[in-house]
Amino acid sequence: MINSHDILETISMIDNENLDVRTITMGISLLDCIDSDIDKACDKIYDKICRYAKDLVKTGEDISKDYGIPIIHKRISVTPIALVAAACPTKNPVKFAKTLDKASKTVGVNFVGGYSSLVHKGFAPGDYALIESIPEALSVTDNVCSSVNVGSTKTGINMDAVAKMGRIIKAAAEETKDRDCIGAAKLVVFCNAPEDNPFMAGAFHGTGEPDCVINVGVSGPGVVRAALSKAGDCNITEVADIVKRTAFKITRAGQLVAQEAAKRLCVPFGILDLSLAPTPAVGDSVAYILEEMGLEQCGAHGTTACLALLNDAVKKGGAMASSHVGGLSGAFIPVTEDAGMIEAARSKALSIVKLEAMTSVCSVGLDMIAIPGDTSADVISGIIADEAAIGMVNTKTTAVRLIPAIGKKVGDELNFGGLLGGGPVMEVNTKSPAKLIARGGRIPAPLQSLKN
Amino acid sequence: MRAVITVLGKDNVGILAKVSNVCADAGANIIEVTQSVLQEMFAMIMFVEIGDIKIPYSELSDKLVALGDNLGLKVHVMHEDIFNTMYHV
Repeated sequence: MINSHDILETISMIDNENLDVRTITMGISLLDCIDSDIDKACDKIYDKICRYAKDLVKTGEDISKDYGIPIIHKRISVTPIALVAAACPTKNPVKFAKTLDKASKTVGVNFVGGYSSLVHKGFAPGDYALIESIPEALSVTDNVCSSVNVGSTKTGINMDAVAKMGRIIKAAAEETKDRDCIGAAKLVVFCNAPEDNPFMAGAFHGTGEPDCVINVGVSGPGVVRAALSKAGDCNITEVADIVKRTAFKITRAGQLVAQEAAKRLCVPFGILDLSLAPTPAVGDSVAYILEEMGLEQCGAHGTTACLALLNDAVKKGGAMASSHVGGLSGAFIPVTEDAGMIEAARSKALSIVKLEAMTSVCSVGLDMIAIPGDTSADVISGIIADEAAIGMVNTKTTAVRLIPAIGKKVGDELNFGGLLGGGPVMEVNTKSPAKLIARGGRIPAPLQSLKN
Repeated sequence: MRAVITVLGKDNVGILAKVSNVCADAGANIIEVTQSVLQEMFAMIMFVEIGDIKIPYSELSDKLVALGDNLGLKVHVMHEDIFNTMYHV
């Protein structure tokens, strides 16, 4: 029996608290598109994406209308392109990026992820060329997203890749300096990258995945914050309980959408990613949830504890609501995409040092942070190494998505617009880790990798 | 299969009749209606059967939302499964 309270609560969540399903992401394997002739490979990729995803956007819109739940994005993730590009070693892989971009525009999705390389243990054919081409690929395309996995709990951290990515991130920003350095905003460096993540910019379709799959990312920070606000002065155990209950409801909505999308598109349902993903819209902020728990501002001492509780309660509430939970599943803290984080960064309440601590208890890493344009590649590599170490030791995903703001200094602002938002350039410790980065080699896998 | 139509906004003459007319034209049988007016705010929840309607469900939804826009009311049309899923284990 449906009661009026439940109906009105749901309407309020949608109208006032930004409840939405953030993304339906179709994962498509490109392994059968591999060809030593790059033109043939690109034709096969374009045809396959257009064939599989031709109804993706319309189906998403139909489901949204039928159930009355906004579905914000329809996206595509593909097999890491380094695997496909390995068959054409003498060619510039940017052609693949252009093909993905063209296909994404034909089917109407706003991002396609998978211009990626997995080098956590070393470089295979295709990896060097792909990584070196990332800055150009992100500059000449609009919708392509790129990611590189440089470490894992099982393998340790590939410090040669860490060194390389410091330079690549800087180059990606340089290539797009006329567009607020947006190239770097579409590039993620991972440790323990999930192969079924539906969220950009880090989505790719892992090699263990089926030919085609539907993964769905839910959201709803505003709903969680509103629920806590209504609860008033309860103790912290009750706060955790409210977050769990709310996460359950949000995830159930996502589960319904995911099952329906899979059924209508005749594609298997992969996973539901039950992450709280903020947007720059006021009221859709993870920082505001932390502040609702009792912080004067996000970044204050106590922030890490609040985030740990939030991340855990979201998982506990969401896990029972979905038959398959995967991806990142937790709370995201992308600074430029979160109104509360932007304010906290502007007022200096939130620093990169604090954000690094926060990443040890949430589902991602240092995400969407603008840093001074003159930050050296070695310092960026040092930041990547620290984040990868947190992920490796804690057996969790961590990521780095930094935007060197070329020509700008601390306190200046970047503005990407749209979902990527904008925010202040944050201060970075400029002491040099150059000698460490120049050593190269691999940080050995930690003891916790020896589980067999 | 049922849809839940909710209408929220400033009270006015004939809201229920106009919404019911759109449903009737589409062949959607109204099963249950709850409505209340608190001060000047009108809130109505209507359950309608959509299994045998004459037009596509999405078209019915569009017509009702458009009606709401004309009357200055917020209209939501949602499949009942969303509530069953979110609120029942």
